[in-house]
Amino acid sequence: MTIVRLRNVQLRFGSTPVLTGVDLDIYPGERVGVAGPNGSGKSTLLSVIATLRSPTSGEARVLDATVGGPQAYGVRRLIGWSGHEPALFEELTLRENLHHFARLAGLDIAEADRALHQVGLEGAADRRARVCSNGMRRRADLARLLMTRPRLLLLDEAHAGLDADAIAIVDALSRRTVSAGGAVVMVSHDRMEMEKLVDRVLTLRDGRVEP
Amino acid sequence: MNFGRQVAEFCRRDLLTERRAGEVISIVTPFGAVALMSFPLAFGIDSALISRVGPAVFWVVVFLFTMQIALRHSAAERPHQRAVIALLGVDPFARLMGRTLAAAVLILVFMAVLFPAMILFYSPDLPEAWPLALVPGVLAGIGLAQVGTLAAEITAGLRTRTTLAPLIVAPLAVPLLIAGSQALESLASGGSILPWTVLVVATDLALAVIGAAIARPLEEASL
Repeated sequence: MTIVRLRNVQLRFGSTPVLTGVDLDIYPGERVGVAGPNGSGKSTLLSVIATLRSPTSGEARVLDATVGGPQAYGVRRLIGWSGHEPALFEELTLRENLHHFARLAGLDIAEADRALHQVGLEGAADRRARVCSNGMRRRADLARLLMTRPRLLLLDEAHAGLDADAIAIVDALSRRTVSAGGAVVMVSHDRMEMEKLVDRVLTLRDGRVEP
Repeated sequence: MNFGRQVAEFCRRDLLTERRAGEVISIVTPFGAVALMSFPLAFGIDSALISRVGPAVFWVVVFLFTMQIALRHSAAERPHQRAVIALLGVDPFARLMGRTLAAAVLILVFMAVLFPAMILFYSPDLPEAWPLALVPGVLAGIGLAQVGTLAAEITAGLRTRTTLAPLIVAPLAVPLLIAGSQALESLASGGSILPWTVLVVATDLALAVIGAAIARPLEEASL
């Protein structure tokens, strides 16, 4: 059984083709990296896998749900996504941000406090997000993923702007996800850095995924 | 998390953000008061005219500035934040309702500050039963919050957002503007506020139904 199954997935923005026929299978327990230069469509591919964007044509199935179909809404809570920018609300403290996401996810706010501790932010938890450094904000975003325990973890440029300790958190998070039977998909322009964090690296070129 | 708690959580977050950023209190409200104050200056010394148009000017200022409140307030959520919230499995209508509720609180605060200012600047001849007009007035404020939030959601991420949003708002807000202003006029002429209250309740309900129907497609389009 696959966690992600893409067959001839094509996606256009207006008349501009971004994905031109992506075939990809990702199985439970796998950590897969997709490398490619800026503008190659890596983030777009990740948004299709996250069920946030429907392909123009082709078949995309994630966690047994067809992307673009009504079942996709039901599996979204099993997907964790960290994008280019941390999804924090600037005027809220890091703790308030995490509590907000915990409540929306139906979790106990103690989980949020625990996650902040795990990423080493307990001392800065009551600072507003807008005055925190980018590294701290990225850590807080990782704390959100630690807290929600996704089955499919999607990381966009996960190691950008992170120090060695924070990269170790990313590594621990992805190992925990795969050991629980989930999968990790990471995209980055930095193939060498990504090779340290995943089991196999694919390349996105001309809108297609290649080994 | 159930629907009601999700609504409350979004409302709480938005109000906390507003308390910290202070956009409505420190920026929009003073401008609204200045707009209200400038009409009597433009009318000159005709105090009878000023007294007669006071409530109508109040509603025009409320209409224009509450749209600013609702649009600014709704723009505070960026696409990647929407994506993360969608991935938490949140009901899009709960998100829309929560944001509308927060906008309604801000709009009602704005109205509560401007109403005494209108009495001060215009000395309107208010009927004895004027507090009854608060019912359609508050409901119209809630309706304006719904219109503003819906317009902000529909235009989210569009380059033409600032042009398009007022064009969406104007026709939807007309019944609210009419009901809000005519309720007081009706009381002054010895009439009833019932037809205006019915109009504003019907508009609020229609907007809620529209919101429920389009919340999901709007969210999908904005991701």
